[in-house]
Formats: sequence, C-alpha cells, structure tokens
Amino acid sequence: MSDHEDRRWLDEPRNVTRLVWALVAVCAGLLAADLFYHKHAHFAWEEWFGIYAFFGFIAFFFIVLAGKHLRKLLMRDEDYYDE
Amino acid sequence: MSSLLGSLPPASIMIVGALLVPLLRGRVQTVYILALPLLSALQLIAFFGMPEGAHQQVELLGYTLTLARIDKLSLVFALIFHIVAFLSVVYASHVKDSGQHVAGIAYAGAGIAAVFAGDLITLFVYWELTAIASVFLIWARRTERAYRTGMRYLIIQVASGVLLLAGTIVHYQATGTLAFDHLGTGTLGTNLIFFAFGIKAAFPFLHNWLQDAYPEATVTGTVFLSAFTTKLAIYALARGYAGTEILIPLGVTMTIFPIFFAVIENDLRRVLAYSLNNQLGFMVVGIGVGTELALNGTVAHAFAHLVYKGLLFMSMGAVLHRTGTIKASELGGLYKSMPLTAVFCIIGAMSISAFPLFSGFVTKSMIISAVGDQHLFWAFIGLTFASAGVMEHSGIKIPFFAFFAHDSGIRCKEAPANMLLAMGGMAALCIGIGVFPAPLYALLPYEVEYQAYTTTHVVTQLQLLMWAVLAFAVLMRTGLYPAEMRSTNLDFDWTYRRGLPRALGGLERVGGAAWASLVRGAVAMVRGTVAQIYELCGPTGLWGRTWSTGSTVLWVAVLLAAYLVVYYLR
Repeated sequence: MSDHEDRRWLDEPRNVTRLVWALVAVCAGLLAADLFYHKHAHFAWEEWFGIYAFFGFIAFFFIVLAGKHLRKLLMRDEDYYDE
Repeated sequence: MSSLLGSLPPASIMIVGALLVPLLRGRVQTVYILALPLLSALQLIAFFGMPEGAHQQVELLGYTLTLARIDKLSLVFALIFHIVAFLSVVYASHVKDSGQHVAGIAYAGAGIAAVFAGDLITLFVYWELTAIASVFLIWARRTERAYRTGMRYLIIQVASGVLLLAGTIVHYQATGTLAFDHLGTGTLGTNLIFFAFGIKAAFPFLHNWLQDAYPEATVTGTVFLSAFTTKLAIYALARGYAGTEILIPLGVTMTIFPIFFAVIENDLRRVLAYSLNNQLGFMVVGIGVGTELALNGTVAHAFAHLVYKGLLFMSMGAVLHRTGTIKASELGGLYKSMPLTAVFCIIGAMSISAFPLFSGFVTKSMIISAVGDQHLFWAFIGLTFASAGVMEHSGIKIPFFAFFAHDSGIRCKEAPANMLLAMGGMAALCIGIGVFPAPLYALLPYEVEYQAYTTTHVVTQLQLLMWAVLAFAVLMRTGLYPAEMRSTNLDFDWTYRRGLPRALGGLERVGGAAWASLVRGAVAMVRGTVAQIYELCGPTGLWGRTWSTGSTVLWVAVLLAAYLVVYYLR
C-alpha cells in the first residue's frame, strides 16, 4: 500500500489547524464557564477566575520545558549501560 | 462447594494450578489458564459470603498464622486483583511459552494470597513469592540485557523481603504479636517493615527498580508486573501505616519527580513505568492523610488505576508485539494500522488523566478532596500540578507519539483478537467506573458520602486538562516541544549500575594485586571470625544465651544485604 492511497483526514495540515482552533474555542468556553456558577472550593484562591485553566496551561508548559533542560544533565547514548 | 472453596488457602488454586500448566498443550492449555483465575474468583465469592475476621488459622512452630483475614480492605483488593489477573491471562493467552504462564499466574496468585495474610509471616512468604515468580516474566525475554535487569530486580525485591522478615522478628520480640494490623512508624521493627513496604511501593530513591525492570519484561509480562507488586505494597501501607504523616511529603514527591523523567523518556513502556510511579504517589498521599475519605480514595484509586494502567501497558504491548519497537522516536501514525488499539489506548489515557466520565475522575479526586479537607496547602498544589503532569505523559505523550504525530510509515496488522478482547474488557471497566461509580464506592472500606460529579469539579477539572492540552498544542505549533530522541536517561539506578561499580573498579585498578589479595585475606578473615563467633555465640556457646534473637536477625539481615550488594557490584 503506497503512502498516497493511505492519506487520511488528519494528514491534511489544514485539518490539524482546524482541530487546534476547535481546541482554542473549547478552552475559551471552559474559561467563560467560570462566570456562570458558584465554585465550592477548599481554598480561597480556587475561586479566582479561571485559576484552574491558567494553572493547567502554565504547569504543562513548565513541565515540558523543564524536561527539555533536564536532558542536558541526564541524557546519554541509548547504549550507555551496554558498553 | 462454597464451604470447600472457602476452606482452601486463598488463591491456592492459582498458585498450585500454575505449576501444572507445562503439562498441558495447545487449546487445552489455553482453556486451563483462563479457568484458573475464574475458579479462584469462585473462591473469592465464597469469601465474600463469609463473616469478617480471621479464618484458616494454622499453628506452625508455636505461632498462629492467619491465611485468610477477611474484611472489606482485603476483599476489594482481592477482587480487583482477580479481574486484572483474568484479563491479563486473556491478553497473554496466545503466548506459547508455558513458563510465562506459570510465572504470571503464580505471581498474581501470590499477590492475591498476600492481601489475605492476617499475620506478618504469611505476608512475608507471599511477599517473597511475588518477587521470585515475577522475575521470570523478565527473564522470559531470554536476552543478556533481560537477565541482568532481572538480577537487579530480584536483588532489590528480595532485599525488601529480608527487611520485612527482620522487621517482623524485631517487632515480635518487642510486642509478642505477629498480627498484621495497624503498625505505625516509631519502633525499630515497624520502621524496618515500613522500609520494606517502601521499596515495593517505589518511594523516592527506592523507586528505580520499577523503571529499570518493567520495560524489560516480555510484552505480556509487563502487563502482569504493572499490577501486583506495587499495589500489594499500597495495600500493605494502607493496612499498616494509615495516617503516617511522613507519607504525605513522600507521596507528593512521588507524584512530581517522575513527570520530568517521563517527558524525556523515549521507551513508551518506560514512560508508563514513570507514570505508574506518579500514580502510586497519589495513593501514598491518601494513606498518609488517613481520613476515611482519603483511605476510600486510595483504595478506589488503586482499583481504577489497576484497570487503566493495565490497559495502557496492554496497548503499548500490542504496539511492541506488532511493530517490534516501542520507541517513540520510531513510532507514529499507527492509528491507521491499529485503530482499535488506538481507541483503547485513548480510553486508558483519558481515565488516567481523570477526564469526567472516565474512572480516574471519580477516584483520584477523592484523595485530592481529602487533602483539601485537611487544608494541606502544599500537598494540594503538588497533586494538582501532578495532575497536569499526568495529562502530559500518559494523557498525551503515550497515545500521541505511538498512534499519531508524524507517520512513521510502519504498516502492521491490528493487535491479535485475544489482546483486543482483554483491552476491550479493561476499557469497558474504565468507562463503567467513571459513569457509574456507585458499585465501586459500595466496595470501599468506609461509607462513601463523596460526590464526584459536581459542577465545580467537572468544570475545574476540564479547565485544568483542556488548557494543558492547549499548552501542548502551542508547544507543538511553535516547535518548542522537545523531539523524541533515542537515548538513555540517567536516574537513581546510575548509582548502583555505574557509580559504585566504578568506585570499586577504581580501587581495583589502583590497588591491583594488592586489592585481590586484600579480598582473599578479608574472605579468610571473615571465615575465621565466623567460626570463632559460632564457637562463642552459637547455640552451645558461652554468649549464645544472652543475645536477643531480634538484634541478631537484624544484623544477619544487614550483613546479607551488604554481601548481596558487594557480590552484585563485583
């Protein structure tokens, strides 16, 4: 089977971009949802507008970039232990 | 019938039955291995019908051993162990290597028997059996690398057992009881036992055997391994150390540090091993908090976790089985060839990430809620941060780099039918628990008043997760997301795989022959000393009567452990 015959919807970069914009819309909607209900929280800061959204975004960003820097320290050749 | 089953030692059907597997061949063997966990489940049904308390007590050398302590805690763990054991056998049923079936089923049986142990000696016996049976799932790969990994794994597992035994004896000397109930830290005996449990629960710095060994086992072996050892340790901690506050910072650390390793790890089964370590952290925190809600949360989360983690390991096993590799740098685009496996993997990923309607949502939140109820600010922040981390390594990285990302060009067959069946069963449970948590809640040790589906919980959880996904999209689009690379990442195991051997090797080079003769001399001296000690302190010796057995056992354990380490490093 050649690669050409096996092209799917997701192989079209335009469609991936569409997905990303759909994701942005969903995220905006979830953020806006905070305006429409009363939060029951354990801590006062949990009631800040959109705190969970921002927390998730920043935490994820931090984890990935920290991991990237960790590589400088920890990464070795694949056969490091096999030498 | 049910009284007969109820009088057999727990899981003996699986443990003894496993030994007969090599006598059978072909279809008969397949039916037989599938029947073993089912028959054992019939026994479990009999146990559910029996009154709570100690059953099957036997006298051995003057000690009373309790083979079947029946209460809600032991029953719920035994139930989920049976479910996972059965589905793991289904997943492995195509394997022609009888040895793997023996190891897998005996290992699962030992895990089940251990949760019924009412005393520390019985616990010790099954604790060691899980170690010994499971190592064959690694060795079954039959490579030099697997052999060495298996040795490292076995040494650490056996060390945990030795500590458990030493702690048990010291504890018995101090209190006169072998009962395995709440122990709590604070005495030498209970501290040793805590340490023994901590090894199997993969506490920070004691964790590395897990990431080292699990990804090196066979395709089906890893599925078994992921289930029993660590969750047996969680059970044991919940039984013996509920409310031990040190577990809270230990657990939070466990949820956080593996995340960073998971980001940069290329072997997707090793990513899952780091993720497993992170999930154990949530449970350890729950045990440390120790309130009814926290302990319910720990047990519920262990239950849900056994299913989705098994499912994730199954899906990655299927990928390894079909493509021959599990490296993220070589995979991608597999949704075209293995669509069903991809769907099952995504269900597992959504469960572990705790999306609403999936199992993790209704269980992990109990633990986090209990932490919030106690106003443990830093633990709460830590667990919330770790939840975003779970989204990264298990929610996105696993399914994305195996099934999507760039198309690797690999075209293979969908996973075999038995694997799909097992994954389907696991996936159904993931969604079932997520949508109808009530039956699971009813099995928990304490009454559940917790309500998972509140507007606040659903919205804040979706915000956390979807904005984490958004961060992923931004990182991918901007090219900031680190590429998957073929690599080995150093972790704590470096100290005993490279650091210490190097230090010793350095000594050897410097000392040369002097070192060798030193070793010979030391060995001769030890022999001589032992003979002398025996003369003095042996049963007939002058000092023999004045030693406390407890401290002797402790020192023997320490010496054995030291010997083991030196032997391994040499």
